[in-house]
Amino acid sequence: MSRSLKKGPYIHYKLERKISEMNESGKKSVIKTWARASMIAPEFVGHTIAVHNGNKFIPVYITENMVGHKLGEFAPTRTFRGHAGSKKK
Amino acid sequence: MARIAGVDIPTHKRGEVALTYIYGIGRSTAGKVLDKAGVSRDTKVKDWSDEQLTKIREIISSSVTTEGELRSQVQLNIKRLMDIGCYRGIRHRIGLPVNGQSTKNNARTRKGKKKTVANKKK
Repeated sequence: MSRSLKKGPYIHYKLERKISEMNESGKKSVIKTWARASMIAPEFVGHTIAVHNGNKFIPVYITENMVGHKLGEFAPTRTFRGHAGSKKK
Repeated sequence: MARIAGVDIPTHKRGEVALTYIYGIGRSTAGKVLDKAGVSRDTKVKDWSDEQLTKIREIISSSVTTEGELRSQVQLNIKRLMDIGCYRGIRHRIGLPVNGQSTKNNARTRKGKKKTVANKKK
């Protein structure tokens, strides 16, 4: 089920503040965040955000296509190395 | 023989059902199209008059995306997901269920036929 329109998209407020500060000053640096559930707002485009995956921070470069997705979608939490015995071609 | 939206030729069936042979039209859309054209949902395709047929054709080509166009749209959506490298895109790439289904058992539609592993311990 999708989120109520009344509330608007969930964007982590600290993250939003940091990004808008960087947009104003024109600086660019990687922001570490744990806010995997935060939606990617159009202002984020062009920034790199390091999203926590439970273990490490995965750097995610935000492109225009990613707007509307959540940050966590780009930092996978599981690593699948393949089953024993199944050889890669 | 009626030809609507390119290649589809449904016949001898109630209009509502016959239209669902077109990719992109299900029972719901079929009903709406027929209502809009002023044709009874229960009339069989062979009993449609020529005017009714052209009207239905017009409504479908103007208001419903069908067949090739719809297929390419779907493919583009999937390609977009794969290109941005999000979770759903990755699932599409490796051919596993996309919507969070369990994959411990089953999930055969996405995974394809069973690949039996020889000498698997119990």
